[in-house]
Amino acid sequence: MIRARAVVAAIAAAILSGTAALSAEGGTLPHREKWSFSGVFGTFDQAQLQRGFQVYREVCSSCHGMNLVRFRNLAEPGGPGFSVGQVKALAAEYKVKDGPNDAGDMFERPGRPADKIPSPFPNDQAAAAANGGKAPPDLSLMAKARTFARGGLWFITDWLPFVGYTEQGPDYIHALLNGYEDPPKDFTVPPGGHYNVYYPGHIIAMPKPISDGQVTYAKGPDGKPVVPETVDQYSRDITAFLMWTAEPHMLARKELGLRAIIFLLVLAGLLYYVKKKIWSDVGGETHGLQPELHKTS
Amino acid sequence: MSAHATTYVPKSALAKWFEARLPIVGLVHSSFIAFPVPRNLNYFWTFGAILIVMLASQIVTGVWLAMHYQPSATEAFNSVEHIMRDVNYGWLLRYMHANGASMFFIAVYVHMFRNLYYGSYKAPREVLYILGVIIYLLMMATAFLGYTLPWGQMSFWGATVITNILAAIPVVGDTIQSLLWGGYSVGNPTINRFFSLHYLLPFMIAGVVVLHVWALHVTGQNNPAGIPIKSGKDAVPFTPYATIKDVFAVVVFFAFFAYWIFLQPNYLGHADNYIPANPGVTPAHIVPEWYFLPFYAILRAVPDKLGGVVLMFGAVIILALAPWLDTSRVRSANYRPIYRQFFWVFIFCCFLLGWLGSKPPEGGYVLASRIATFYYFAHFLIVMPVVGLFETPKPLPGSILESVTGPGKQVSGSGIPAGAAAAPQTKG
Repeated sequence: MIRARAVVAAIAAAILSGTAALSAEGGTLPHREKWSFSGVFGTFDQAQLQRGFQVYREVCSSCHGMNLVRFRNLAEPGGPGFSVGQVKALAAEYKVKDGPNDAGDMFERPGRPADKIPSPFPNDQAAAAANGGKAPPDLSLMAKARTFARGGLWFITDWLPFVGYTEQGPDYIHALLNGYEDPPKDFTVPPGGHYNVYYPGHIIAMPKPISDGQVTYAKGPDGKPVVPETVDQYSRDITAFLMWTAEPHMLARKELGLRAIIFLLVLAGLLYYVKKKIWSDVGGETHGLQPELHKTS
Repeated sequence: MSAHATTYVPKSALAKWFEARLPIVGLVHSSFIAFPVPRNLNYFWTFGAILIVMLASQIVTGVWLAMHYQPSATEAFNSVEHIMRDVNYGWLLRYMHANGASMFFIAVYVHMFRNLYYGSYKAPREVLYILGVIIYLLMMATAFLGYTLPWGQMSFWGATVITNILAAIPVVGDTIQSLLWGGYSVGNPTINRFFSLHYLLPFMIAGVVVLHVWALHVTGQNNPAGIPIKSGKDAVPFTPYATIKDVFAVVVFFAFFAYWIFLQPNYLGHADNYIPANPGVTPAHIVPEWYFLPFYAILRAVPDKLGGVVLMFGAVIILALAPWLDTSRVRSANYRPIYRQFFWVFIFCCFLLGWLGSKPPEGGYVLASRIATFYYFAHFLIVMPVVGLFETPKPLPGSILESVTGPGKQVSGSGIPAGAAAAPQTKG
């Protein structure tokens, strides 16, 4: 028994040291940021989502589509909280291709809230042709479609409430937008590529997309912007917005979930006592009296 | 089931009339009300009920999802997002179904490990046990097919890897592969037939579950002492005792399930599957869902493709041989001091294989996979036959009642005398 335990311990130690070595050679990992939406009670910050939408509209949308989001979503509960009127006006600013009409012709009309946010390119081929051969990915699901491996055995605890960590996607996006640097001396960046610390392989087709002061945020009552107009802040705002586009029902999900879990736990508690009462006439928790089970554990 | 004499007595004239023509009420009565349950069962025995509820949950959410899903290479991904965004509570249905698969496998693994620890596979429960292995195989097929349906990157490439593996089967491999593909690669015909099969298999599972429950009610349940019910004092009627215990366990399990659905719905999936399938771009690491990782590690541990396939399927098939590989007639590992230690090493080996399956097949991981694969098979082919021959089991309690209340209060005088099983057993 003791020998078996020693063998198990030795194997476990070997694995732990092995993973430590591996995660160390993986390069720089994105920094863990604080997000309003993380955790059991996390919610979206409406003002941040509105700023994020502004960044998307003024910067990202010149290359990246948002194919799964419709204008009306921007006014739905749990989102950026634009009013229905604002969304109608916003949609009308876009031209949407529709048709064919009764004469068989395609035509352009002003956008409606039910329309998808129009993509910058008519199709993937056009997007690729205009961007050096590779179409810029659609951003709708980006916050859930990207991640990075933390290494080690963190997966054992990362799912737990309060102590866990599951915001790798948003952290990666934030890090990537802040990860444009000059390449190290011995690193050659091929033409059409750009050096990014956090991109796998470090060569990313997208040039540095945003600079300090590029987007002008709404001013507060004192005439100063409420948040700094920096790349760091822009990337936080766009990341929060992308988390919402990826998971538009997150608030409803967490609210319903907390109620469901509390209900199930209370019900389980009541059932436990019903079970105890019913079993009391046969001697209660029978397996607890088995000496064999207790010696081993 | 007809072999069961029922204690059900129809009261009303209508009930008597009906019972004389179709004795289904009596059948339910003898199977779920009067059925004798060993009184010493612990909570590991509630996972059968949990699994039945999970199967029902998967079928109900699946039927609803199928009302909104489009099995087509161009529409599947967007239709899943349509469910997530525009269908009322569609996100709940989808997250219940996707995480439900993981919960189903957690429950089935607990159920299987309980079976192996307490020797439930041994005579007279071999057929009951093999039906369980068949259910597990069907579950694996269903889960694999279901994971391809969202048509994300991991769906597509997982389907590509697994169907390519099948091509390694001699003679019929290529035919099986093109039948599954419906063409010359994974594409639109593939997703159509995978959807069809994914809808079919759960009902086959339900059918085998009926046989599984039937076989259970012929042989009766095993229990932590591993000895049969010898008198009425060893057992309690299924209702209300087992019923209330199962209901309580199911509700606790659902609280755990709810945590995943509502608060951690994407943890058990892959980020890559939120990228639409693209045959031109291969993901950096193609990994199956967590419940397949031990088998994936076994597959990759073998340098030869066919050899890997044989061992991967062999790892499941060998489970079905356990009743004949284990030479000890003592069922419960509680009374098998040596086997019990090997059991825990085996559990560790399964977890280790799972972890290795998630790692790239290089360097020390491959070597570790090979050692763990060897041990996995050695547990069945060496440990099970050999330990049974040399181990001296602890004395078994005289009855289930005695295992609960301690010796000296023995009421039942029937059965084998205590100590008779204490000598080394050979398969007889």
